[in-house]
Amino acid sequence: MDFLRPASWEEALAAKAEHPTAVPIAGGTDVMVEINFDHRRPEYLLDLNRIGELTEWEVGQENVRLGASVPYSHIMEHLRAELPGLALASHTVASPQIRNRGGVGGNLGTASPAGDAHPALLAAGAEVEAESVRGTRMIPIDAFYTGVKRNALEPDELIRAVHIRKADGPQQYSKVGTRNAMVIAVCAFGLALHPETRTVRTGIGSAAPTPVRAKEAEEFLNAALEEGGFWDSRTIITPSIAKQFAALAAGACNPIDDVRGTASYRRHAVGIMARRTLGWTWESYRGNGRSTEGAA
Amino acid sequence: MGVTGNPTSINQGTRTKGGIGESTLRPDGILKVTGEFAYSSDMWHEDMLWGHTLRSTVAHAEIVSIDTSEALATSGVYAVLTYDDLPSTVKNYGLEIQDTPVLAHGKVRHHGEPVALVAADHPETARRAAAKIRIDYRELPVITDEASATAPDAILVHEGRDDHHAEHVPHPNIVHRQPIVRGDADAAAARADVVVSGEYVFGMQDQAFLGPESGLAVPAEDGGVDLYVATQWLHSDLRQIAPVLGLPEDKVRMTLSGVGGAFGGREDLSMQIHACLLALRTGKPVKIVYNRFESFFGHVHRHPAKLWYEHGATRDGKLTHMKCRIVLDGGAYASASPAVVGNASSLSVGPYVIDDVDIEAIALYTNNPPCGAMRGFGAVQACFAYEAQMDKLAAELGMDPVEFRQLNAMEQGTLLPTGQVVDSPAPVAELLRRVKAMPLPPERQWEVAGEQADVRALPGGLSNTTHGEGVVRGIGYAVGLKNVGFSEGFDDYSTARVRMEVVAGEPVATVHTAMAEVGQGGVTVHAQIARTELGVSQVTIHPADTQVGSAGSTSASRQTYVTGGAVKHSCEAVREKVLEIGRRKFGTYHPAWATAELLLEGGKVVTDGGEVLADLVDVLEDEAVDIELEWRHRPTEAFDLRTGQGNGHVQYSFAAHRAVVEVDTELGLVKVVELACAQDVGKALNPLSVVGQIQGGTTQGLGVAVMEEIIVDPKTAKVRNPSFTDYLIPTILDTPTVPVDVLELADDHAPYGLRGVGEAPTLSSTPAVLAAIRNATGLELNRTPVRPEHLTGT
Amino acid sequence: MRVNFTVNGRRHEADDVWEGESLLYVLRERMGLPGSKNACEQGECGSCTVRLDGVPVCSCLVAAGQVEGREVVTVEGLADFATHRAEQHPGSGCASGACGTALDKARRWEAGPSGEESRETGELSPIQQAFIDAGAVQCGFCTPGLLVAADELLERNPEPSDADIREALSGNLCRCTGYEKILDAVRLAAARAEETV
Repeated sequence: MDFLRPASWEEALAAKAEHPTAVPIAGGTDVMVEINFDHRRPEYLLDLNRIGELTEWEVGQENVRLGASVPYSHIMEHLRAELPGLALASHTVASPQIRNRGGVGGNLGTASPAGDAHPALLAAGAEVEAESVRGTRMIPIDAFYTGVKRNALEPDELIRAVHIRKADGPQQYSKVGTRNAMVIAVCAFGLALHPETRTVRTGIGSAAPTPVRAKEAEEFLNAALEEGGFWDSRTIITPSIAKQFAALAAGACNPIDDVRGTASYRRHAVGIMARRTLGWTWESYRGNGRSTEGAA
Repeated sequence: MGVTGNPTSINQGTRTKGGIGESTLRPDGILKVTGEFAYSSDMWHEDMLWGHTLRSTVAHAEIVSIDTSEALATSGVYAVLTYDDLPSTVKNYGLEIQDTPVLAHGKVRHHGEPVALVAADHPETARRAAAKIRIDYRELPVITDEASATAPDAILVHEGRDDHHAEHVPHPNIVHRQPIVRGDADAAAARADVVVSGEYVFGMQDQAFLGPESGLAVPAEDGGVDLYVATQWLHSDLRQIAPVLGLPEDKVRMTLSGVGGAFGGREDLSMQIHACLLALRTGKPVKIVYNRFESFFGHVHRHPAKLWYEHGATRDGKLTHMKCRIVLDGGAYASASPAVVGNASSLSVGPYVIDDVDIEAIALYTNNPPCGAMRGFGAVQACFAYEAQMDKLAAELGMDPVEFRQLNAMEQGTLLPTGQVVDSPAPVAELLRRVKAMPLPPERQWEVAGEQADVRALPGGLSNTTHGEGVVRGIGYAVGLKNVGFSEGFDDYSTARVRMEVVAGEPVATVHTAMAEVGQGGVTVHAQIARTELGVSQVTIHPADTQVGSAGSTSASRQTYVTGGAVKHSCEAVREKVLEIGRRKFGTYHPAWATAELLLEGGKVVTDGGEVLADLVDVLEDEAVDIELEWRHRPTEAFDLRTGQGNGHVQYSFAAHRAVVEVDTELGLVKVVELACAQDVGKALNPLSVVGQIQGGTTQGLGVAVMEEIIVDPKTAKVRNPSFTDYLIPTILDTPTVPVDVLELADDHAPYGLRGVGEAPTLSSTPAVLAAIRNATGLELNRTPVRPEHLTGT
Repeated sequence: MRVNFTVNGRRHEADDVWEGESLLYVLRERMGLPGSKNACEQGECGSCTVRLDGVPVCSCLVAAGQVEGREVVTVEGLADFATHRAEQHPGSGCASGACGTALDKARRWEAGPSGEESRETGELSPIQQAFIDAGAVQCGFCTPGLLVAADELLERNPEPSDADIREALSGNLCRCTGYEKILDAVRLAAARAEETV
């Protein structure tokens, strides 16, 4: 095993071009577990810790450009207003120690369906800034996840940043685990209201081979909200609409049975979370913040 | 009444400061908070090698061949050992039945069984070499449950059994069977107005101590070996290690290293023999440290169980009879299974008076992971089932579940199904009364907290799954019955060596035992006993090793009783000797030396009237008194193999819990809001430690109620979740406030009247949580742990 | 490979480090600092928690090579770290001893004469003292990680609510105590700090 320590982004890209099998390591919270338990012996480890810009972010007009290694604890602390869904998701990541090290770039690189950030990114709308010595490209988040623990990156590419749409409305994130902290998702659900475009976006974690959006549920809800004039009237969403939305969200799942939960439970739980997160965000949109944000 | 976590019904104060009854602080506390305390994985030796264990990747298979040549040729590798390299004719070990191969021979019987060992200059070198060992397995069908174990054509997990249980078991794949029959259950059933029955399932729990199995073996010039290791019982290890090494016991010198928790999981050997074998083969010190993955294969677990119960009661709420059948899965090797069977059957009635019973408990041999000792030891599984039955009965009768239990609660003088009389206080009804009387935590606390829901106080916690939706509160009660000490005629003794001398002008006592301090605070208590008995303030606790006689195991809630008893006994002998010296030197100066009852207090010899006769410094001068004695509790008897009759236990221990839970009934997530406990401890030698034991034991019971389970694939018998990612234990956000009410009713047969503390709270905590969840959801819930699937019907 | 970094205020160098080694391994096996514990090596238990450039992290999940040139504080340096923080000279810690826990030291281990002594030593940080006093230590294997995490919590938030304490320590597993005495210890350390202000 070789340990590559590029001092700059350019050096990192050059190293990745020269050694496409090199495994990038930033927070180490996935890679080191695999090494410690002898599940993986990469030829090269490519340390990204010395590249300061990866832990920085910029808040622009439309987007937040989030460096790949910005730790979850910083997202929780500093980007709650701009990225509320991702901030909530960040808060559910493992433990304080892990949140101090891990970042969204790692979640995307690993592309586990259980990664906590994915549903929030899908719901908010995002693009992954991937770069190689050949150049930069922006990969829409919807096209990023290509299979179980597979993504759209080329072997010589590294994730430099994620461009996430700034929230233009309330966002929520829920995750089911069998413990009240430090738990891998049995399943997770992210929801963002986009009042500017009068659309709702969703993201489902750990209930399909890849993180997915509940597109049918979104389309149904978009139409129902439009038809019912809810965006303007800001009235309570009819229970039958919420129910149908939840059922369609559950239907978007393609889960498996595993040690963390059964497929049927996952479908069921995604439906419940879809209904609840819709309720919380809509209440918030209606101007009633109480009991919608969730403290802590 | 104490409800804050600090017992208030405890009588404080003895005349020598730091004696029994005080919450003195741990003598190893400073070392433990500064990081200097040397745990077994911290051991280090110049020039040491790293040992690594290659384990089977299948559960049941014949080993066709093993090829180690490539591994041996790896640079940095010093030794590769398989069964063929074992140096002695003795190749198996085991606590009671020597059925466990040091390294697999011809066959592997469970997933993760050790097959080969490697010693190398770096752990990674050892791992890479181990990966080059080629093993050709021919897989066999797996035996995973009672049906497959006792089928007519079942493969025998162990061929040609010749252990002492073999002749009385109905099938060779049954390790041990213990029936108990008393009265006439069928006749009594006819008197019952209400009969309830149920089948209950208890999942496989792991001890999940935090310090992984580890140690260092150093070859000695005399051909022997020095072993530094974390264990629960040095002498039991020694008895199993020496024959396999082909060494006499005096050439295997064991020292207890720091132990990072145990809970039963260190009663069996893990890496001890392996490290010694590698050290003796290479002539170099060898360190072995399991990682968490390996730790799940490196020790036995709590027996998973299937329990069938039937209880009857009259309309006025008196229990008529009980029938039960308990099937424990012992896995591939016997470990402590026979004793677990004895406990499960003899304690299956719980703390209730039932005259007519028909009981059977068995443990199976299967190809599942071996199971053995864990805190609560057979009594835990039974308590889960009989407490569910009590709630069912109370519901059928329309009675309050606590009142129903109180109506049938055992007390001092009750005759148990084994025919044994409970001859010390058994305040079962009182414990229930106390736990019920504690104030309840406020409902919907998250609303009280402020404007917004604090998700940390809700089911799902930080995962933000509810802001109050679907959340329903439930309350449940349970009480349990646990034995203390080793039972069934086992010669359960301990040894203490106590020395008293003057050091730097002060009398100092040194206590030397082989007791494994695993965190429970035995070292604290030993110093307190020495202070109380010898009237000195300075007490040194000598490291535990095999240079002193056996202390028995740190298990069965027995160490304060038995090794504490031994320390007290040896201190008394030292005191007599000191007084004898005093009489010799000063007896002629004061008549009280001959006539009065003399005590040692505050560094002086005093009369029971308080008159000071001499300073200990002057009595002892440069003389040292040094005495090593054994001490044993009252003998017990074996249970009759057919009827289960016999005075099998030495002492009983009781705890009651009230659980308050909040359940998100839509998502099936549980938040335990409070777990109140009342327990009788006879005498709290160290109240702070007593409360710590109760809170810790309670939390382990909570874990197996809502999250903890080793999941074994029934088709392959392979472990599916050997990691802390998927075997979950409670975090601080899952653990509620645990108010404790400590009762002290002396057991006159025990030293200071004390009662073993550690295990009882682990029994009743689980069924109390289950009862509370049932109360919240109305579901039957016959299995633990409860998973979201069970609560949502998905 | 060779790795240089500062531990508890003192420069350390390790040679022949295998590239897959964690910071935890290097601390424990190469630098004679076994105080950080190896309970899970997968970031699930927090026993190996150290401060890396001031931030609490699981040292088992930091590759040794990632620490080059950086500053680490372990439980062994916690008392000095707290002292210097109190004196507003953060960052300079103590020196460490020789490698590992040598046999003669382990063999000579004895529980001291009296727990009461701890109150007079003055060599402990407030959180360390509070853990002893509150009975928060049983087997002690989780203790070093909890101390580092709790010390950082109190540095950030001198008057934490119970929920804050629980959240801050939710990455540290303890199997012995049921956490109640650990909560007590953090509350005690916070209360004592308030008294001295």
